[in-house]
Amino acid sequence: MEFIINYFNYIIVVIIMMIGLWGMLALSNLVKKLISMAIFQTGIILFYISMGAKIDSSIPIIKQAYDEHHHPIHQVINNADYANPLTQILMLTAIVVGVATLGLGLALTQKVYSEHKSLNEDEILESLS
Amino acid sequence: MIEQAPILIVVTPLLAALFITIIGLYRPLYSWVLTIITFVITSIFSFITLKKVIETGTIRYMLGNWPAPFGIEYVIDHLNALIVFMIAVVGLIVAIYSKHDVKKELGDKIPHFYSLFTLLVTGLLGITLTGDAFNLYVLLEISALTSYALLALSKGRAYIATFNYLIMGTIGACFYLLGVGYLLINTGSLNMTDIFVILSNNPTSYAVLVAFLFIMIGMWIKMALFPLHSWLPNAYTYAPTSTSCLLAPLMTKVSVYVMLRMMTSVFNYNYIFNVLGWQTIIVSLAVIAILAGSIFALRQDNLKKMLTYLIVAEIGYMVGGAWLGNANGFTGASYHIIADGFMTLCLFLAVGCIIYKIGDAQISSMKGIFTKMPITMIGFLVGAFSMIGVPPTCGFFSKWYLISGAYEAQAWPFMVALLISSLVNAILFFRIIEVGYFQAMPNEDPEAHPKQQKYNEAPISMLIPLLTTAAILIGIGLYTSEIVTYLIEPFMDNFL
Repeated sequence: MEFIINYFNYIIVVIIMMIGLWGMLALSNLVKKLISMAIFQTGIILFYISMGAKIDSSIPIIKQAYDEHHHPIHQVINNADYANPLTQILMLTAIVVGVATLGLGLALTQKVYSEHKSLNEDEILESLS
Repeated sequence: MIEQAPILIVVTPLLAALFITIIGLYRPLYSWVLTIITFVITSIFSFITLKKVIETGTIRYMLGNWPAPFGIEYVIDHLNALIVFMIAVVGLIVAIYSKHDVKKELGDKIPHFYSLFTLLVTGLLGITLTGDAFNLYVLLEISALTSYALLALSKGRAYIATFNYLIMGTIGACFYLLGVGYLLINTGSLNMTDIFVILSNNPTSYAVLVAFLFIMIGMWIKMALFPLHSWLPNAYTYAPTSTSCLLAPLMTKVSVYVMLRMMTSVFNYNYIFNVLGWQTIIVSLAVIAILAGSIFALRQDNLKKMLTYLIVAEIGYMVGGAWLGNANGFTGASYHIIADGFMTLCLFLAVGCIIYKIGDAQISSMKGIFTKMPITMIGFLVGAFSMIGVPPTCGFFSKWYLISGAYEAQAWPFMVALLISSLVNAILFFRIIEVGYFQAMPNEDPEAHPKQQKYNEAPISMLIPLLTTAAILIGIGLYTSEIVTYLIEPFMDNFL
């Protein structure tokens, strides 16, 4: 039980990714494949965001305090107060990549439909053979 | 200027890609000219970098002058300097070659083709240069997205083939990203050198093992190692000629390079071989890939599709060589990246010329092709001999290193598979020689016409790149010892 509470995010990530991966490989409708692809990528995004999350922490900008003569006060910086923003920045890029892939995939699906008049992979393969 | 050469290799084509579309709206031919100029400049910069690496050793270029673990850095050592130069030269050759073919196959999409073409090469150059694991993912996706668009420029079956490639390619890239995530949790760093140092100082955990596995599987999907190869043959066969000429030599080889880079400079090569001990399994996979690729190639009666299955077999060579775990095997694998890049390019250029003149690539329609297109077939034969492994060409030397590596590691199945593959290649190419040289042309009596009328060669702008590539194949073969001594051995001294 403690394991589930400690690693709740990661368990959900694994479930989401497996749903996505299964859909990409097993479903025969092309649009469903693309939706599964988006789910798979969302799983990875959640994975990265989870690893950067930190309770009671803030963005890594040091707030400078001043005394009454406007001189900066020397502060002790506590690492535990600041979260690593790297993972979120990485995921911004990954989201952009994901959107581009999805858009390209949908455009391709449109072309496939106008070519074969079907979105079912099995039917398309049957019509080709 | 010289100090900035590493970044200019990537920035030049990236910026040029924008201008190629704009200038192409005014006059499509100009976008072709601009592409060639771009790749000439890129080749010059990569040659400067290569020369500097040979003289002074590894170059570290920090983007924006941010110090290494925090900023992104480009690390150019002996191995990737050579591969960057190869990519730039292949890009230049295919750009020159594509003029007539693009006009015939793509019509009004010329500026878009060249823009995507340049972006694709930008992505591949970036993958090879970068020393940052996440940066590599982004560039991997840039090259993948542009390649989907380029493959789908063709019509008919290309769409569904490209769609399958898109799904498989995305799974591969996502697995790589997942592996990088595991590494980030374990080491807190994305810089390859930094990760290498941190992992070397610590006993490796299961999480690192999982990261390694994810990255390897991702790359195997991207490079089409046998059980994961299903996307490659159809996608490359139904693509426009110029696209397949560019993708076939570069995409899979760059993935192999990423695998070598991950094995040597991110994870510890000694750890992989002495602690994990997976080499027997992976080399067996490579053996299966070589045999399966060869058998599938034998079954094809379309020349272009046959070549795509040969790519699958060649991937087996490189994966097997890298996983033999000794110096000869690694030399063979890294040398074969260059050799196979130019070999595949040479064969695809020749097939492109044939398709341009005859209209399809069925082996049965190639009767009398040696009298019809003699210059094309000279280029084709040089490529074919290199695939088989006939001495002055580079194919012989990479096979020599791989076989000595297999002997040293006592990997007999791998050795047998290499020999069988050579034999199958010989059968495949002699079948074409048989049809093209000894069978008469259809509906035509060879005695009735003077030779001049039958002679129907591809345009000169397609023949020069082909013959240049054929010359490069022999040139690489003749300078093998120099390449190995000045480039591959210093790399192995650093990492193995």
